[in-house]
Order: sequence, then structure tokens, then C-alpha cells
Amino acid sequence: MNLPSFNLPRLSLQTLSLPKIDTSRLPRIPVPRFVAVAAGFVGRLVGRLVMAVISAIVEVYLGLTHRVARIIYGLIMGVIRLAVGLVRFAFAFARGLVRALFGLDRADPETVTRARLKLIVLAFSLIFIAIGGRLALLATFADPNGERAGGSAISSARPDIVDRNGDTVAIDVKSPSLFAEPRRLIDPDEALEGLLKVLPDLDVAEARTRLNSGKGFAWLKREITPAQQRAIYRLGLPGIGFVRENRRVYPDGPTLSHVLGAVNVDNQGIAGIEKYIDGSGLAELHLAGLTTDRQQEPLQLAMDVRVQNAVRDELAKAREKFKAKAAMGVVADVRTGEIISLVSLPDFDPNVGGNPKDDAYLNRLTTGVFEMGSTFKALSFAMALDSGKIGLNSSFDARGALSFGRFAIHDYHAENRVLTVPEIFLVSSNIGTAKMVLSLGVEAHKTFLRKMGQLDRLRTELPESSEPIVPKRWGELNSATIAFGHGLSVAPLQAVMAVNALVNGGKLIPPTFLKRTPAEADVLAKQVLKPETSDKMRYLFRLNAEAGSARKAEVPGYLVGGKTGTAEKVVNGRYAKNKLLTSFTAVFPMDKPQYLVLVMLDEPQPLPETHGYATSGWNAAPTAAKIVERVAPMLGVMPRQTLPTADQMLRGAGLGDKLAAR
Amino acid sequence: MMSRADRTVLSEWWWTVDRLLLGSLFVLMMIGIVLCLAASPPIAARLGIPDPFHFVQRQVLFLVPATGVLLLTSFLSPRTIRRVCMVIFLLFWVLLFATLAVGPEVKGARRWLMIAGITLQPSEFLKPAFVVLAAWLFSESSKRPEMPAQLLAMGLLGAVVLPLVLQPDFGQTMLVCLVWGALFFLAGLRWIWMVGLIGFGLGGAVLAYNVVPHVRKRIDRFLDPATGDTYQIDTALQSFEHGGWFGQGPGEGTVKRILPDGHTDFIFAVAAEEFGVILCLILLSLFAFIIIRSLTRALDEQDPFARFAATGLALLFGLQASINMMVNVHLMPAKGMTLPFISYGGSSLISLAFGMGMLLAFSRRRPGAAALASLSEPPAVPDAAARPA
Repeated sequence: MNLPSFNLPRLSLQTLSLPKIDTSRLPRIPVPRFVAVAAGFVGRLVGRLVMAVISAIVEVYLGLTHRVARIIYGLIMGVIRLAVGLVRFAFAFARGLVRALFGLDRADPETVTRARLKLIVLAFSLIFIAIGGRLALLATFADPNGERAGGSAISSARPDIVDRNGDTVAIDVKSPSLFAEPRRLIDPDEALEGLLKVLPDLDVAEARTRLNSGKGFAWLKREITPAQQRAIYRLGLPGIGFVRENRRVYPDGPTLSHVLGAVNVDNQGIAGIEKYIDGSGLAELHLAGLTTDRQQEPLQLAMDVRVQNAVRDELAKAREKFKAKAAMGVVADVRTGEIISLVSLPDFDPNVGGNPKDDAYLNRLTTGVFEMGSTFKALSFAMALDSGKIGLNSSFDARGALSFGRFAIHDYHAENRVLTVPEIFLVSSNIGTAKMVLSLGVEAHKTFLRKMGQLDRLRTELPESSEPIVPKRWGELNSATIAFGHGLSVAPLQAVMAVNALVNGGKLIPPTFLKRTPAEADVLAKQVLKPETSDKMRYLFRLNAEAGSARKAEVPGYLVGGKTGTAEKVVNGRYAKNKLLTSFTAVFPMDKPQYLVLVMLDEPQPLPETHGYATSGWNAAPTAAKIVERVAPMLGVMPRQTLPTADQMLRGAGLGDKLAAR
Repeated sequence: MMSRADRTVLSEWWWTVDRLLLGSLFVLMMIGIVLCLAASPPIAARLGIPDPFHFVQRQVLFLVPATGVLLLTSFLSPRTIRRVCMVIFLLFWVLLFATLAVGPEVKGARRWLMIAGITLQPSEFLKPAFVVLAAWLFSESSKRPEMPAQLLAMGLLGAVVLPLVLQPDFGQTMLVCLVWGALFFLAGLRWIWMVGLIGFGLGGAVLAYNVVPHVRKRIDRFLDPATGDTYQIDTALQSFEHGGWFGQGPGEGTVKRILPDGHTDFIFAVAAEEFGVILCLILLSLFAFIIIRSLTRALDEQDPFARFAATGLALLFGLQASINMMVNVHLMPAKGMTLPFISYGGSSLISLAFGMGMLLAFSRRRPGAAALASLSEPPAVPDAAARPA
């Protein structure tokens, strides 16, 4: 059957100067004539119709004139023809490629060369299409109005910080910053005049020098308001521009200041947890240019903002009432070492810059080191009880003073009799405690304190920390005084860590400001005391609240136990009788301790209602009680009606027989 | 103005030269000046040159002789070109070795010579001459099988690659090898050989990767940006993102201030930032036009030498342009390769003009050139009687 060949219409490839396609070498598709004619007719008709409909719609909707629509139509058709031509072109090349590669035309070197040349053209076309595609991709995902690059310093984005309940305590807010390109300024004076109208607080001399510097880039004012930005924009000054920068905002203001720390104007952490974030990888990310806009995982703290507010409020009241120079408070989870709250008054507002040398920027709980006074006695008791040589029934002679050469140790409330161990604790006898420790020896004392982490610098997430002040030559006298908390200065947080271990079953857990699960804490925990010692210590703490110096810290229903501490401050190398640092360590509930509250007051003044006393029992202890009362419900500790007495607790722990034999 | 009936040299040139190709080369040069205006002032500022348009002025200054070279070369006949190339090849081959001895070391490589205040890169001039000579050898090999042309061509490649490797200049080495390989491929290389050559090339690449730390670093950085300093390519990509389709507008670019080599290797990125990806696409299509047009002209060429030479020169130009653009859009690891006629560079401009001038000369319509060529040469028929004694 004689079939006519059906050739697609020749496309105008010559205008593109693509090589001519040898139509004789294209595959011929045998098609009956009438089918070809009909198909061609129908195809053209449908094409025309579709295009007519589309162009009619376009004409009506876009309000184009017929002429413009014709031009667009022509362009689209041209593109379609070009595409079809390219496909045919590529097909022809692919054929050529196969033929050339398999040497089908080897007979004639001329043909081989031509085929291979076509292959090279094809390869180039593919490369160009790849580059074009990549360019289109880059352009499509471009962000021409995004972060401006090329400036000298762009604030980095920081992860949000949330508290243990997920409440945001630090967040990034974008705000515009104003800069100038002095080299492009037409008239610096005119620009300055205009800017001063909007920003009257601009430092005129500084701004003038910057505008006249002739540099490529100069900051004028960081972090302006959107209203100011609009006003400056409307001035239409060439060479003045804006950069959107990240600005750190702390919604709670000063409440968490000492823990969160602060950032500088470039949004880099300079203190507290903020600096910790930079230290743990953010700075590297920033250098790699990845922090500009990427959403980062929020950092979850162990802190509880509600507890923090309550503690801060009570401390502020106490500080005012007792006219103390400073007030400090810590709430810690004794089971995990998490710091639930940390307040050091005075504090500062991290949203506002200030002089970091200011007293308010000192985090006394981690950076300050203090002689903790009687609070430290608890450690001495733990040491004694843990040694196995001294039990709750042992007694020590506390008559007269304990003399070391020209030094003599006295008791504050001298009893002048032989005291049992629990009695020494209850009356807070310096002589009894010192004798108890000395009976075990100086070396054992040192070893014990080192084991409890009191002689080495405590490092937490906060970059601020201090080395404890340990006597260089540690003799009997030193051990005697350190036994009741003088002669060794530690950071309060360090003491908190040790007391945690006394009551939580003897596990020393490094404190943390980040949320930690009990399982994680167990991994880090170090068993430093026997569990029985911990039981005995809890008995002593509780007994102290029932019948000892901590009676003012009793909160009905919570089974609080604690230890007072009153240290005389050293003024001009001598202990000053009237400059005190009082502290109170409360732990609740004593039968199964969960939380520790430490309150410290710096130089509290005696008041009429405290009968002229300024010791811990009269100021720090009641403050701690108020804090326990407020924060316990927040922490999920419920007041109970029937509570065991200290003796019952001890008996419950299987140690009651010894006590009975007392 | 010029009649086809005129038989003067000028008139004949005008009617036979590829005017579209010539025109697009001039357009390219013009765009080059505009982009140099955009890209070079921050570089001048960074180098502490008081005149922000120092590089633009030098570029324009070099364009005058470059245009002269381009036009003059395009007047030459293939045979003259072959002879000129022989001279130039020998001259710059010697200079290439001279760089190894007396060239100043810049960034760990000796590629440049200081002659009369002009920094000269001999390999730039050597490249087009080498391509023409290789094309001649390959065309001879098909015409006169008794001549060991292919062996000679291999020797030629070795002679050029050796000093380039010693410099070391892997970008140029790669370019020269690729063009030479393409010519060999065109000359009817059996595909079993081709596999061997590709294997050899890959082996060389692997060797270079393992032996030369500089190459290794570049490839590692391309494959895994985390391993090293990707500042330049990151900044280039940032330019494209900042520019978008329509660009920030002339002079509004900011990334260009921190982009190293913004006026040479990364001028394409600067173009994108200021004038948008649209201009990049226009530039790309201009390059595509020039290359595909010259290759199709070569396809229609009858004389094998002219065809090979035109193909080789077009490949040289095209590979350089596409490698540069691919590096800019991060489709390839960073290579020290400039964008022809667009990037700043005095001596490279003249060498490019020389190469493209030859390309124009080879692609001139010469009716009956093949017949003339075959007449002027001894007959290619392997007939012992016809061979001169």
C-alpha cells in the first residue's frame, strides 16, 4: 500500500541558528492520507479554539486590547514552537549520539565527526539548560527584601528560653536599626538635621562624625521603633537605611535576671544562661552565618517563674523589713539538683543595659563566696555521723571555752554542760561541733569537705562562678572554726549542693539550671554518704524545727526541717559582732525531702519585734517559712493533717532503737 | 555601504565574516564594562585604590587593543593563523616555563609574569595557539594517515600540561585536556579509546584529589560545605538570593562588598545581585548563542582543519564560560576561571580577543575552501603512486 508520509510542519529553527534538521533522517510514520488531513484539521481547530477562549478570557479579565492579546498569543505560540523544535532537535541528536557511539557510521570519518560535533552541541545545550534551571531556582527562592547582608555586624537570632513549665522567659523580637552609608550621602548636615527631627535623643557630635566619616557603612542607632523608621523613611534621605535586627526581650524583666544574664547590642550573650547558649555552639553557628533567621529549639530551664516570683517577692519584703544590704534565695529540687528558683537582690533588668560593675549585676549565690556560719555545722554533723565513730547518743563536753593558744571559741547561747549530739545541733553549739570534728582529725575533715565539693570551684551552666577561699595552711584551729562555718568561704550554691546530699539519701548531684529528669540525675549522682546518715540528718533537721533554733521556720502541714546560720562578717580583718550574714536552710517535707529553700540576708538589722536580735532565727527563718508556705502548693507539695514527729521518722527508718537507748 | 561586487579585502571580509557572532561579542564586551562598573568599585575600595573606577578604566583601556586584535585576527587566512599560532605557541611556551623560574608566587602558585608593569599569564595566550595546533594535527591525521599526527598531538598535550601541573594550575590543565580530548573525539577516536581516556582522566582526577591538598580541599568543600571555608561560594549564593529575578538595581548591591574576587571569578553573582537573574539568563543565552552558533558553523565547514580549529576555539571559550557560571551557581567546586569578556583582566582580554578573532576567521564563509585545501595539499588517497617520492 502506498502510504503518504506525514511530516510535521517545518519549524523556524533557522532563526535560532540551530543546525538544520535533516528531515529525511527523521523516522517516517506511515499514516493514511485522510487520517493525516483530518487529524491535522481537528488538531489545528482545537488549538485555535482553546487559544481563542483563553485569549478572550485574558482580554476580558486583564482588560487588554485585542492587539496586545494578539502579541501575547503570538509569543506563547512562538514559545510552544520553540519547545517542540527543541524536543525534535534533541531527538535527532540522541539518534546521532547512539549512532556515533556505536560506530554505526564508521565508514565515513566526515560523518563521524559531524555526529560527534552534534553530540558536543547537545552536551553544551544540557549544561546551559542546567545553569539556566539553577538560576531560575535561585531566583524563585530568592528573598530580595530579606536580611540585608554585607553590614559589619548583624545581630544573631537566639533560641527562646522557657521555664520548666514552658513559659517564655526570653524571646527574640525583630526591630529595625538605622545605619548610614556616609560615602553615598549627598549632604551629611541635611541628613543629620532630618534625623534629629525624628530622633531628638541622637548624640549629635557622634552622629556628625559618623556621617562625615566617608566610610562605606556606619551605625547610627540600633533598635528604633517602627514609627521612627517610617518617619525617617519618609525623609527620603539617600544613603540612610535600615536593617532588621533581632533584639532580645525578657518579658519578666528583672525577675530572672541573674540566671538569664544579658546580651549585648549585637545579641550575643555576655552573662548568665545567655552566655552559656553562645558557648554551647551558637557562636559557631553565628560565624557560619546560619543564625540569621533560622528557628532554633527553645532552651528549657529548670526554673519555675511562679516560684521565682514568690521567692523574689518574699525576699524583697524581708530585705525591706530588716533593712538588709542584700537578700538571696534558692529553691532547689533535692532529688535532681535542679535549681527551681534563684534570686539575688539587688538585681537588674536585662532589657535595659547598665554598668556591669554595678552591685546589682553581682550574682551573690554563684559568684559571691561567704562564710556560711552555722549552716555549715550540718556538714560537720553529717561527717561525724557518717564516720560510724559518733552516733546520735554520743556526747561532748561544751563547758567553758575551747582555746587554741590566744584564740578561744565561745558559744553564742552557752549551755556550759555536756551535750549530746542532737543537743549540740539544737542549741547550735560551736564548741560541741568543733570538738566533734576534731575528734575525727583534720585530714578526715579535709577529705570529707573535698568529697562534698566544698573545696573546689563549682561550675554550673552559669559562666559566673568563684573559687572557694580555702585556708592555705589548715591546722586544728582551722578545722575547729570551719566545723561551725567560719574560715572557709564557699558560694552559697555550693553549700546547697552539699545540704541536698545530706537529706536526699546521701547523693551528691551537681546543681543545674536546665531541666533534668530523675534518671539523668541518677547518672550524675555520686553516693557520698550512707543512706542511714541521711536519715539521721533529716531527724536532726526536723528536730531543730520542732524544738531547736528553727522553730520560727515551722509551717504547719509541711514537715519543714532546717538549720539556722549566723555568720559574723569580717570587717578590717576582724569579725564584727554587729555585721551579720544570716542564713536559713529549710527542707520539706522532712520524711521524704523534695525541696530545699535557702534564704540569706546580708546585714539584717534588729527590730523591736525581734527583741533586738538580728540572728538567723529571727529573720532568715521566718522568711524561709513564708517562702515554703507560698511555693509548696506551686510545687505540688500538699499540706498534710497527720505528720510523724522527728522521733517517729527516725523509728520509721529503723534507727529508733538506738535513739531509745539514748 | 559595501557592495558585494567590491573585491577589496575589507568588503570581502564584511560579506564572509559571521556578523551575528561578531555583534554578540561586542555586546558581551559592553555588558562586561557595565558589570565592571558595578563590581569593581568595592574591590578598589578594599585594595585602597583612591579611584573607585580604576578597574573600569583599565578594562576600557584594554578593550581598545583587544578589539584591534579581534578584528585583525579575523582577517587572517587559516594558513596564516596556523603559522602565527606556531610562533605564539613557542613564545608563550618558553614564557610558561619562565613563570616557574622567575614568576612571583601568588597563593601558592606561579602563574604570572610581570612584564613592563603588566601582569601576564602566559597560559592564557598559550591556550588558543595550542588548540589551533592540536586541531591542525588532528586534521592532518585524517588527511594523511602516514604522518604520526596523533602521536604528535599527544606530545603537544604533554608539553603544555607539564608546566601547567608544575605551576600548579589545575583549572587550566583541566580546560586544555578537555578541549584536546574533544578534538581527539571529533577526529574519529574509537570509543574503546574514549573509555580509556575518560578512565585516564578520572584516574588523574582521583590522583590529584589524593595527592594535592589544594584540589582535595576544593572538592571536599563542594561536596560537603561543612568541611571547610565556603565563605566565597556562600556569599555568591547570597548574592543570587538577594538579587532575585529583577535585582536590587544598579549600585544597590550590598553582598558585592564582601564577595571576594567579585570583579573577576564571581562577577556573575554580582550581576545577579544588581541586575537580577534576568540579566544572568540573558548573559547565559548570549554565551549559549555564541557557542552553539560557532559549533554549527563548524558543522557546516568543509575544510577539516578549519572545522577542528573552530570547534576547539569555541569549546575553549564555551567551557571556560560554563565552568565559571557553574561555579557561581554552585554546580561545581570553586575554580579559578574567569567569565570571558565579562570578568576584569587585561591580558586575558587580549588573549580572548585573539582566540575569538581566530574563531571568526575560521568561521568565515569560504566557498570551495575544502576543494582548495585538498588541491593545495598532496592527495589524501592512500595511493603509493600519487605520493611524492
